[in-house]
Amino acid sequence: MTGQFNNPALHSYLLRLADTSLTMGQRLAEWCGHGPYLEEDVALTNVSLDLIGHANIFYQLAAELHEHPITADDLAFLRDAHEYRNPIITELPKGDFAYTTLKQYFIDVFNVHLYQALSTSSYEPLALAAKKALMEVKYHRKRSEAWVERLSLSTEEAKTRSQKALFDLWFYTPELFETDAAMDELFVQGVIADYTEIKTIWHQQVEAHLQHCQLTLPESGWVATGGLQGEHSEHLGYMLAEMQFLQRAYPGCEW
Amino acid sequence: MYSQGLTDAKGQQEPAELLAAFQAKIDREEKIEPRDWMPDAYRKTLIRQMSQHAHSEIVGQLPEGNWITRAPTLNRKMILLAKVQDEAGHGLYIYSATETLGVTRDQLTDELLSGKAKYSSIFNYPTPSWADMGAIGWLVDGAAIMNQVPLCRASYGPYARSMVRICKEESFHQRQGYEIMTVLARGSKAQKDMAQRALNRTWWPALMMFGPSDKDSTHSAQSMKWKIKRFSNDELRQKFIDATVPQAEHLGLTIPDPELKLNPETGHYDHGPIDWDEFIQVLKGNGPCNKERLQARIDAHDKGAWVREAANVYQQKQQKREVA
Amino acid sequence: MAEMKLYEVFIRAKSGLNHRHVGSLHASDAQMALLNARDVYTRRKEGVSIWVIEAEKITASNPEQEHEWFDPAEDKVYRYPTFYPLDKEVENM
Repeated sequence: MTGQFNNPALHSYLLRLADTSLTMGQRLAEWCGHGPYLEEDVALTNVSLDLIGHANIFYQLAAELHEHPITADDLAFLRDAHEYRNPIITELPKGDFAYTTLKQYFIDVFNVHLYQALSTSSYEPLALAAKKALMEVKYHRKRSEAWVERLSLSTEEAKTRSQKALFDLWFYTPELFETDAAMDELFVQGVIADYTEIKTIWHQQVEAHLQHCQLTLPESGWVATGGLQGEHSEHLGYMLAEMQFLQRAYPGCEW
Repeated sequence: MYSQGLTDAKGQQEPAELLAAFQAKIDREEKIEPRDWMPDAYRKTLIRQMSQHAHSEIVGQLPEGNWITRAPTLNRKMILLAKVQDEAGHGLYIYSATETLGVTRDQLTDELLSGKAKYSSIFNYPTPSWADMGAIGWLVDGAAIMNQVPLCRASYGPYARSMVRICKEESFHQRQGYEIMTVLARGSKAQKDMAQRALNRTWWPALMMFGPSDKDSTHSAQSMKWKIKRFSNDELRQKFIDATVPQAEHLGLTIPDPELKLNPETGHYDHGPIDWDEFIQVLKGNGPCNKERLQARIDAHDKGAWVREAANVYQQKQQKREVA
Repeated sequence: MAEMKLYEVFIRAKSGLNHRHVGSLHASDAQMALLNARDVYTRRKEGVSIWVIEAEKITASNPEQEHEWFDPAEDKVYRYPTFYPLDKEVENM
C-alpha cells in the first residue's frame, strides 16, 4: 500500500504505537542506577533502550505522514497529555520491582503478538519496523516471563508483592486491545493487526502462565479505558512535565 | 583460593626469593594472574584501587542518571541511557576483576554502603542543568580516560583486561559530552550560559580527579614499581589540561582559571592553585551531594534485597524439585 | 543472605572462533546468568554465542605447579617441523 500521505488514521495509529513504547521506556529508565542489583540494572536499561528506540522509529514514520514538516522529537516533546494515545497502563508509576516486572510482562506478550501481526502489514515501512522490534520484544518477554515466575514461586514476600501487583494491574490490560473506528478501517485495509485475535491469544498465554505461577486474578476493579482518545490518568501529565521540560522552557532550540 | 595460604596477611616476613621473582616478573612486563603468588601488600593495594574504581563507576551513574528522564531529545535520551548503563557495566567488570583477588561482591558493596570505601570525589557534585551532561562527558570522562588508558597495561591481568574493555566502550563517552557542549555553545544565549556555568562548576573538581599532588600522594611510588600505576598524578593532570584548553577555546568557552596560560618554555599550560581543602572535605564526606549519592545506593540495595532473596530461594526450590 | 552465585562468561565473537572467557557475573540460576551475560557482555554485538558456567564447577591446574606441568613440553623440539632440516629442493614441504 502506497500513498499514505493523507492518512490521518495511520498517522494516529503510529502515534499510539510510539506513545506506548515511549511511556514504557521512560518509566523503565527510572530504574537506571537504582536496580535491585547491578546485573539487573544493566538488563532493565537494555529493555528501556529498545523501547525508546521503537518509539523513535514509530514517531519517524508518523512524522513522514504529517501534513507539515515535523520531526520525531516534535511529536514526543511538543504534544500535551490529551494528545498522547498510549493505554493508561504504560504511564503508571514504576512501583516496586514486582509491579514493574508484571507490567512489563503484560506489555511484552502483547508486543510479541502485535509486532508479529504487523510484520505482514500492507504498509511496508510499518512491516519493516515491526520485524525489527519483534526480535527485541521476544527477548523482553523471555526475561519478564522468567522473572514473574521467579518472584511468584519463591519467598512469601515476593509472592505477596506479585499478587498485589496483579490485583493492581489486571484491569488496566483490557485497554491494550481497544480499537476505534479508524483502527477498524486500517485493519480492513490490511495495514494493522487483528486486535481481537491478539486479545484471545494474549489471554490464553498470560492466564496459563499466571496460573503456573500460582497467582490469582482479581474478580473486579475499575476497568481502564480512554488512552486511545487522549483521556489519561493523572500520572501522564507529570511524566510529560519532566520529559518535555527543556523543549518547553527553551522553545525552538537545537539540542 | 588456596594460593592465599602463601601470602602473608599475618604480618610475617614474605620469602625474599618469592618477592624477588615477583618483582622480576613485573619488570619483564609479564602479567600477574589471580592464583599466582603475590605479596599481601600488592593484593591489598589492588583491592583498594580497583574497588574504589568500581565504586566510582557505580556512584557515577547517579549524577547523569538524574537527567535521563529529562533529556531534551529522543536521541540524547538514548545516548545518555546507554552511557549510564555502560557505567554500571564497567563497575561490574571491575568488581568481577576484584573478586579474583579473594573478596566477594557483598564485601565490596558493604564497604561502599557503610561509607568505609572511597570513590571519586567528582560524583559528589550536583548536576543542576542539562549542560552538566556535556561537561561531565567532556571533562570527567576525559579525565577518566587519561587515567584509564595506562591501566590497560597494569600488571594485574584481570584488571588490565577489564580496562581494555572499558576503554574501548568509553571512547564514545567523551565525544558525546563534547558534542553536547558544542551544540549548546553554538546555540541560544541561554544555552551558551548554561554551558559556561557547567564548565565553571566542573573544571576544578575534574582537575582534582587525578588525586593529590605528587608531593602529597602516599601510595604512588610503590604502585609505580608494581606497575599498577604508570604515570604520576601531576603528569596526568598536566596532560589533561594541555589537551582540554584548546578544546574549550574552540567552543568559545572560558576556563574558570584566571592564571591559566601557556608557558612558552615548557610548552605546557600553567594553572592556578587547586583548592585541596575542598578536595579533602569532599573526600571526607562533606561535599554537596555525598549524603544523597550514598543514600541513593543504600536505597537501591535495600529495596532490591527481597528481589535477590527471591531469586536465590526460587533457584533452591527448583533444584529440590529436580532432585525429587 | 547468601550472595548470588558467581558465573564465568565465555563468548564466541563470531562463528569460526572459540568461545573466549570475558569476565564473570552473579546470578541465582543458569538461565538468569545467560540472559544477564547477554545484557552485560554483548551490548555492542560482541558475540554470537554465550556459555556460562558456575565458577566453582571449574577445575583448574595449580599455578604453583606451572613449571612441573608445562616446562617438560619445552624441550620436545622434535614436535615442531623446524626440527627437520630439508634439502633445498623440497623446501616447501
